[in-house]
Amino acid sequence: MSNMSVTLAGVELKNPVVTASGTFGSGQEYGEFMDLNRLGGVVTKGVANVPWTGNPVPRVCETPSGMLNAIGLQNPGIDVFCERDIPFLRKYDTRIIVNVCGRSEQDYCEVVERLSDEPVDLLEINVSCPNVREGGIAFGQDPKALFRITQEIKKHAKQPVIMKLSPNVTDITEMARAAESAGADALSLINTLTGMKIDINRRTFALANRTGGLSGPAIRPVAVRMVYETVRAVSVPVIGMGGIMKAEDALEFIMAGATCVAVGTANFHDPNAAEKIVDGIGAFLESRNISDIRDIRGIVQE
Amino acid sequence: MKQLENCRIISQTQIEPGIFDLWLEAGAIADAAAAGQFVSVYTRDPSRLLPRPVSLAQIDRESGRIRLIYRVTGPDTGTEQLSKLHAGVPLRVLGPLGNGFPLQEVRNKKVLLFGGGIGIPPMLETARALAADHGTEVTAVLGYRTGSFLADEFREVCHVLISTEDGSVGTRGTVLDAVRSDGRQADAAFACGPRAMLRAVKEYCEAINMPCWISMEERMACGIGACLGCVCETKEVDGHSHVHNARICKDGPVFVSTEVVL
Repeated sequence: MSNMSVTLAGVELKNPVVTASGTFGSGQEYGEFMDLNRLGGVVTKGVANVPWTGNPVPRVCETPSGMLNAIGLQNPGIDVFCERDIPFLRKYDTRIIVNVCGRSEQDYCEVVERLSDEPVDLLEINVSCPNVREGGIAFGQDPKALFRITQEIKKHAKQPVIMKLSPNVTDITEMARAAESAGADALSLINTLTGMKIDINRRTFALANRTGGLSGPAIRPVAVRMVYETVRAVSVPVIGMGGIMKAEDALEFIMAGATCVAVGTANFHDPNAAEKIVDGIGAFLESRNISDIRDIRGIVQE
Repeated sequence: MKQLENCRIISQTQIEPGIFDLWLEAGAIADAAAAGQFVSVYTRDPSRLLPRPVSLAQIDRESGRIRLIYRVTGPDTGTEQLSKLHAGVPLRVLGPLGNGFPLQEVRNKKVLLFGGGIGIPPMLETARALAADHGTEVTAVLGYRTGSFLADEFREVCHVLISTEDGSVGTRGTVLDAVRSDGRQADAAFACGPRAMLRAVKEYCEAINMPCWISMEERMACGIGACLGCVCETKEVDGHSHVHNARICKDGPVFVSTEVVL
């Protein structure tokens, strides 16, 4: 058996496969289809200091080799999350990575502080959601704003902090450097690309929010390129994601330099996708006599 | 227990322009399914990632078969691709999903089953399940633009009232026009159909204090309650979401009419 375990910001994961925030809830629903113990970690749906109602429907639509979503970060708030979701995930031998969202710097810090005494392994900060008016992406498209919020969050966070970056920027490396220099322990990318679909029969937007975040294999080449660029610009580890449907896709990100990979939209196409990707990466390593996954991380040079 | 099952197409026929009648060999899903639940059907086209939610028109537990009656939503759509598949073709299906109609709530009562358009098929399994219980007096109230697909099958198991927009069959107008012209009284109602019909049925039932359950529809992604793509507004704060939203795929699709805002 090849070694699949990886270390992310000082935290060891049994394998590099985690779920992408927002596609997996807190694991309760997918736990009926797969063994959550098989995952390197579960990245939860974004949670804020108070419950958020989210956007009006329709919130999702299919696009070629992808989908748009504009859920608007509906969540039950941090209190319910701590009482219900963390105890659920604690029953499994998998890392708990809590995705945090907010409308203001203070919102983020409140959640991060509330989590400091909770048994969670890592925090992922969502500064890249394209579907909410306040907060979200506003912090993730300006390097100065990203630097500031990262620095503030680091003051309050007890667990290692992963900043989740938006691809809706001119230069991803500029954002990556800003987050790293403010103290981010890791980066995850890419969040969704802002998109729009028009329903020509109804003569209006397919989504009530007009725009939504594009995900799925349609965005994978963009994501692989951005991960490749980012790992060359910073020294903190990277969680790569964007349209990973199978093990071969995950391996592209790892060879581009990602330490971990996140599976998102694929969960909707196959509720066992994440587990199959774990198996597939293992089978690939075995078949090529690669004894340790770290031996192929970032192997693609130039 | 819901699961992802590799099913096989037994037969597929077009019963109305654009409406297809599909029987699947789906032993595990048939075994677990109940009236008012739905399944998610994955297309065989890898560029179409999301499953299509389709209601269960019939569940045959003994032979391990399920029947899906669906509308093709347009040219070059996933449902159009599905409509071209023949017997023997395998299909990935996730199900059974959602809660279904609370049959025990209307046992030995007089119940109206409102179905509108492509909301009619799930009422067929509901009518069959209720009719098996002889004390329950079932009337299906079926609303169409035109024609009357499936009406004969409903007649085998219950009383049927029909409304059509063009007056070609039954009462010209809506399902409520059909009920009013018949003068039929009932103790409870189940409904599935377009939003405007659900709103009218909800108002009608609530005005006369008749318990009413409605089956909602929305664009879905995961189909199992994880992504929060398909929510409906609820009157009270929902126990799971902690906001005024419930997940149609998981907490529904059937809701007590007074619990949801339409």
